[in-house]
Amino acid sequence: MAYLPNIIFVILLGIGVGFFVKNVKKLTRNIKLGHDVDVSDNKSQRWKNMAMIALGQSKMVRRPIAGFLHIVVYLGFIIINIEVLEIIIDGIFGTHRIGLSVLPEPVYGFLIGAFEVLAILVLISVIIFWIRRNIIKLARFWKSEMTSWPKNDGNFILYFEMVLMTLFLVMNATDTHFQSINTCNIISQHIAPWFNGLSENALHAVERTAWWLHIMGILVFLNYLYFSKHLHILLAFPNTYFGKLKPKGQLDNLEAVTKEVKMMMDPNVDPFAAPAEGAENAMPAKFGASDVKDLNWVQLLNAYTCTECGRCTSECPANQTGKKLSPRKIMMDTRDRLEEVGKNIDANKGEFKEDGKQLLDNYITREELWACTSCNACVEACPVSIDPLSIIMDMRRYLVMEQSAAPVELNNMMSNIENNGAPWPYNQMDRLNWKNE
Amino acid sequence: MSELLKVPTMAEFMAEGKQPEVLFWVGCAGSFDDRAKKITKAFVKLLNKAKVEFAVLGTEESCTGDPAKRAGNEFLFQMQAVTNIEVLNAYEVKKIVTACPHCFNTIKNEYPELGGNYEVMHHTQFLKTLLDDGRLTVEGGEFKGKRITFHDPCYLGRANNVYEAPRDLIKKLEAELVEMKNCKRTGLCCGAGGAQMFKEPEKGNKDVNVERTEQALEVQPEIIAAGCPFCNTMMTDGVKAKDKEAEVPVMDIAELIANAQDL
Repeated sequence: MAYLPNIIFVILLGIGVGFFVKNVKKLTRNIKLGHDVDVSDNKSQRWKNMAMIALGQSKMVRRPIAGFLHIVVYLGFIIINIEVLEIIIDGIFGTHRIGLSVLPEPVYGFLIGAFEVLAILVLISVIIFWIRRNIIKLARFWKSEMTSWPKNDGNFILYFEMVLMTLFLVMNATDTHFQSINTCNIISQHIAPWFNGLSENALHAVERTAWWLHIMGILVFLNYLYFSKHLHILLAFPNTYFGKLKPKGQLDNLEAVTKEVKMMMDPNVDPFAAPAEGAENAMPAKFGASDVKDLNWVQLLNAYTCTECGRCTSECPANQTGKKLSPRKIMMDTRDRLEEVGKNIDANKGEFKEDGKQLLDNYITREELWACTSCNACVEACPVSIDPLSIIMDMRRYLVMEQSAAPVELNNMMSNIENNGAPWPYNQMDRLNWKNE
Repeated sequence: MSELLKVPTMAEFMAEGKQPEVLFWVGCAGSFDDRAKKITKAFVKLLNKAKVEFAVLGTEESCTGDPAKRAGNEFLFQMQAVTNIEVLNAYEVKKIVTACPHCFNTIKNEYPELGGNYEVMHHTQFLKTLLDDGRLTVEGGEFKGKRITFHDPCYLGRANNVYEAPRDLIKKLEAELVEMKNCKRTGLCCGAGGAQMFKEPEKGNKDVNVERTEQALEVQPEIIAAGCPFCNTMMTDGVKAKDKEAEVPVMDIAELIANAQDL
């Protein structure tokens, strides 16, 4: 029976990690539903972007208050998790603070002391985050897409972190042996007196409870990620690596269109020739995107990476002037629809069964798509290199090239370009008239 | 004045067996829009003054396809692109300057994959090199000490990271450059991009150009400077909506420099 806690620990750890691995597999499967896109170029620049933007948080600090607080939480989270290593070893082998027996006392004390300082800083930052969301009510957290789950999700994450940090500090404060060493228990020594009235046994029970809840909390949090905007703590890294390297103004040229246009322009092409072997398969099923599977996998990775901070939406000129478009909603809708498609596949033995729904109209309306000015403010604002504009453009392409469903004024503009080489009805032969006016 | 403008075409250069230093891509707005034509002429005056051997395509120029592409019509865009590239390559064009950031972005970034490789400059960049090389000199003239704010065109700024060339030119005028609360990479769009210029805006509580004009007027400029014919239209309309057209003119950087020289 002496090994019962160890066995329980190993089983729970196994379950926690097992579920997480399962979720990661589902996540990769869903992302791969997008069509392929070549992002193998320029590796050194990509690593650099990842180091600067994800690891170095360079775009977070463009908003200094949120950026600074975020760095505290981010550093705290990474560094305090070193402590998890000790907890796991202790849990498996039934040791207590293994670090104390392998590290010199001052080194161990310094480490835990640093964790304690970070823990209290994280706690304070998270409380400020909560106040910004719920008391100050920053506009970007209260837009129309931030109701129900997205709103609760944001707060749940903050509660999680508050509880985890508190448990960590309580665990240290009620550890009589650790307190008796009295090196660098900078924060917990001030918490210890709160438990003064307790017997040694009761104190031990509190310490054990905090220890168990702390590690279980971490395992639960790990598995919460897949369902949450908090997935960004993992995906920000690949997402910044695969982010757009070309100038923001450069939209991709659809390759399938290039082939057709070149054929049309080539006088030697026989229009009645039978298509070459395999050529029909090479043609895309449709131009542009009406559902998630028409997007590429980087765009789908973008959707899972979005942490719904709303910096994009707060910079969007259409949103600022009361239009329905919100770049954040474009990303959230893409993720929601992708999840729906993923669940459909799971429920139908690995095959997608037509559900009569799609990203266009069922999630993203045409009104939103046509309100975009393609100004790239959302792309510039995103702290993790998400490109909402590319999804908007792909969906416009579907509307125009597959459905001929552009607003009527745009159809006029386009027929002007087609007929006389300008968006207005002027004759191309008059193009140089300004010279003599 | 206008009879003094020298605007040779590529065809004329070709006939003489010569190559110009640079092709001036006028663009649809610069060719047909009454307000933008003034910008075109101002820029040509500067080119003439600096004795730049330039040429235009004239009637052989056609829309780059930018508004079609942004509206989602990739077919029409590529048809336009391939046609234009054929003309440009036939004339062996190496270097292009344009006063329209949309043409600039499209030719510079989206034409190369389709076979059109040129060095492309925005007119503010080109004017800056003329000044740096001493081919053009500028003194503040009537703009000395004036408060000028610059509205960043999205397709020059965020889209291509060109923020300094237009500002350097304003500083050369010895004017006081004042920045709006949203400028450079956080600059607010004028509302015309992405083919919005050619349609009514979606339902909202304000027009984007009015919002942007309010930001500009907040810093109490004497002049709002622009670097894009579409921004120019949008900001001019915004200033009119605020009943300020008599006090705060919207001017292109090329016009500021040309006017400073009494051209």
